[in-house]
Amino acid sequence: MLKIAKYIILDIIRSKVLIAYTVLLSIICLSILMADADVTKGLVSITTVVMIIVPLVSIVYATTYYFNTYEFTELLVSQPVSRTDILAGKFIGIGTAILAAFVIGVGFPVVLFAFSVTGLMLMVTGSLLTLSFISLAFLASTVTRDKAKGIGLSLMIWFYCSIIFDGIVLLFLFSFSDYPLEKALIVLTALNPIDLARILILLQLDISALMGYTGALYQSFFGSGYGMVFSLLMQLIWIIVPLWLALRIFKRKDL
Amino acid sequence: MALIEISNLEKSFGKLAVLKRISCSFEQGCIVSILGPNASGKTTLIKSILGMVIPDSGEILFRGQPVINTFAYKKHIGYMPQTGCYPDNIKIGQLFNMMQDIRRPYPDLDTGLIKLFGLEAMYQKRMGVLSGGTRQKVSAALAFMFNPDVLILDEPTAGLDPVAAEQLKEKIREEKSRGKLILVTSHIMSEVDEIADTVLYLFEGQIKFYKPLSVLKAETGEEKLGKALTKILK
Amino acid sequence: MPLPGSLPLGGLGWAKQEHRHKNQDNEHKPTPSPLERVGERLRQSAETTPSPKERAGERLMKKLPILLLCMLFTKEPFAKTWVVAPNTALSNLRQAVKLAHNGDSILVKKGTYSSVNTIIDKSLVITGENFPVLDARFADEAVTILANQVTFRGFIVKNSKTGSMRDYAAIRLFNVRHVTISHNRLVNNFFGIYLANSKNCTVTNNDIIGTNNRQNSGNGIHLWQCDSILIRDNRVSEHRDGIYFEFARHSLIEHNYSEKNLRYGLHFMFSDNDIYRHNTFKNNGSGVAVMYTKHITMFNNLFIENWGSSVYGLLLKDISDSRIMNNRFVGNTTAVYMEGSDRIVVTGNNFIRNGWAIRVLANCNGNRFMKNNFMANSFDVTTNGSINLNHFADNYWDKYEGYDLNKDGIGDIPYHPVSLYAQVIEQIPQSVMLMRSFIVNLLDKVERSIPSVTPESVKDEKPRMKPNY
Repeated sequence: MLKIAKYIILDIIRSKVLIAYTVLLSIICLSILMADADVTKGLVSITTVVMIIVPLVSIVYATTYYFNTYEFTELLVSQPVSRTDILAGKFIGIGTAILAAFVIGVGFPVVLFAFSVTGLMLMVTGSLLTLSFISLAFLASTVTRDKAKGIGLSLMIWFYCSIIFDGIVLLFLFSFSDYPLEKALIVLTALNPIDLARILILLQLDISALMGYTGALYQSFFGSGYGMVFSLLMQLIWIIVPLWLALRIFKRKDL
Repeated sequence: MALIEISNLEKSFGKLAVLKRISCSFEQGCIVSILGPNASGKTTLIKSILGMVIPDSGEILFRGQPVINTFAYKKHIGYMPQTGCYPDNIKIGQLFNMMQDIRRPYPDLDTGLIKLFGLEAMYQKRMGVLSGGTRQKVSAALAFMFNPDVLILDEPTAGLDPVAAEQLKEKIREEKSRGKLILVTSHIMSEVDEIADTVLYLFEGQIKFYKPLSVLKAETGEEKLGKALTKILK
Repeated sequence: MPLPGSLPLGGLGWAKQEHRHKNQDNEHKPTPSPLERVGERLRQSAETTPSPKERAGERLMKKLPILLLCMLFTKEPFAKTWVVAPNTALSNLRQAVKLAHNGDSILVKKGTYSSVNTIIDKSLVITGENFPVLDARFADEAVTILANQVTFRGFIVKNSKTGSMRDYAAIRLFNVRHVTISHNRLVNNFFGIYLANSKNCTVTNNDIIGTNNRQNSGNGIHLWQCDSILIRDNRVSEHRDGIYFEFARHSLIEHNYSEKNLRYGLHFMFSDNDIYRHNTFKNNGSGVAVMYTKHITMFNNLFIENWGSSVYGLLLKDISDSRIMNNRFVGNTTAVYMEGSDRIVVTGNNFIRNGWAIRVLANCNGNRFMKNNFMANSFDVTTNGSINLNHFADNYWDKYEGYDLNKDGIGDIPYHPVSLYAQVIEQIPQSVMLMRSFIVNLLDKVERSIPSVTPESVKDEKPRMKPNY
């Protein structure tokens, strides 16, 4: 498993796309942080960008890479290695590489200009977000057979998590605005890894003051130790569950 | 006891039945050529043996042991895919190291083909920049590297230059003489004629015939496999 | 050290300027500005409250005939200076006040003195040298001034009693005129300086630090039933309200620094015709609250980092006919909150990095927002209904993405300051969970490029392309 991961990392770290991604992230972060004297505002802007770009690149790149090395996976399956090890190895390999790109691209500027609890939170949630979208990419890759469909599905997942889900939430809020929805909202938040990550960071940024009662409730929930554990756990679930489903499919899949 | 024994193997993709209750067995020291028109189930059969396709029903035994959904038996198999695709940024040397890592522990390495094809000089080249032919050479070298008891070669000479193709055929014959089982698919009749000693002909998911080449030629009275096939399939 | 004597000139100066400004800008002012009135009163008060040094002489001149007459009958010299010092015959202030006569001076040397409700009932100039300490020992108030024309300066006053029955203060002024409290340091008191029923008094250069105790905090400077008071160059922190005005009229509050107060930095209740300017209100429970009041002029103040759930930079409730000019609001949760407020002119202010720059409730009418700059606020304007009866013009909005084809510096299409998302939040507060999400960013983008999607609401017909300076 780790052997496979090792060679996948060796392969990916030389890929131009990943290097470009790292550079892009650091340019965005550096330009935001240097343009704005207010670190907090800079982090807010970075969060906004990160919440769009990181899931998109993670899921699309992982899916593309999965399909680009499809024949290689076939070859691996013909070798005396279990399918679990192959998929897990691929996940660790791709995950480590994209995560490293994120940590370097965002972490370097943040540590340099905005080293704080919030910055740390941005790094942690961003990392978990990266991994959960790679996990979703694996799911998209295993349920489809060809590259075009796989990438299409990945884009749909991203689009769903970025926009459609929030649209549905808005619709839900409109339709049931007569009911006390705060608790339901916490559950809803947990159903979308992007929302989960965003709210965790925004709460760190003390935006909760702007959020009124809902914000106070979020703060009291996600700000508490219990809530922190819950949200980190939810993010882990967003990594583990899609990967586990992908593994189930991959084990029975004809290559 | 046969090395590989297949009984009542069935596989369908959706409504399309690709393998229909196939039963056959492969002995050591044979070169079996699996032939058949497109979509006759050749690749599916090979992939079933390799564990890449999981059959709907039936059994595959390797040395008497059922192998479906297991992987340990694969250390006795060397596989050369039709088109070798590898991660672009991996170097040839790294690829070989990786396979060795994965298959550890392995018996003595057979580096004959690596030397023959002159791959050592290219260890530092990345897979992405290699020509199709060189990649085939790498695939072949990998398949033979671990001295497996069974070699499964999918269109082995396609894309190879004539010299390399000859070298590979020579290698195949050599391995046969060392008691190995070799399964080959090929579209080039002359090539099959040259190396195979048994022909398994698949048609629409069923075994049309499975006979030694000599018997086939004797039955039809033809010298060339191609003509013998045409005659038989009329 | 700015002497209180410099007031008349300053006061006159800006009053004149205001007058000029008013003539230029007449159409925007339906009601006469309180400025002249306050200016007039302060000028009068200043004329009669000169600096302590000048005062004795001046009074001497006025009362010369009487004094000369007195001198014929008594052997008393003119004004006498009593020196109070520890371990001397005169070792506390109370004794000195008892001995002194109107017009005398008392000089208190460095040291710590117990001062449990020392009553000053004579017109004295009381000066502390090197900040002697007057300690009320939590027993009562420290100093109560009951006489006119008292100057009290240079003391550290601390540890007034706390309690819910009475508002114990470090220094209380009751029913007096022309009293000056300056250059004192007030520490750990329930109330700081308490002016009740007084007129023409001056509170300057005091440093007032409260207890920061939520249950037991009074106000730093507290005015009740006062008129024509000058409050200048004070620092107030960790009290309930930094400066509190109740029925206090025609007063001027300037150059003060009010920080970390538990409730408001400055609080007006039923106090008309006051001016505050050049003050800083930082990190208070709310910066300034103006309630049930008319004719307040607020300009050149800085409201900064008044941040938190239901915290405001400037909270306006039931106020009318007032002006908010050239202030800076930076990093407040809500910079300006208006409720039941009418005919307020808001011009020339900078709103920077606030959560909400302006929140105007629907019961506000006839307010005019002009020539302000709105930069990097999460929301520029929000409301709970329709605020069409309020007027927006000539503001700079950094979120404006219109164009200016004729290059006159004014955008060719109007700007809708109440964003679609702000309206959504108003309807469903819970949707704030989507803040900074992609869909909301998208909504904002769409709205900016196609302004017509915004439901009809207030608009700035003449948005500026560049910030107003």
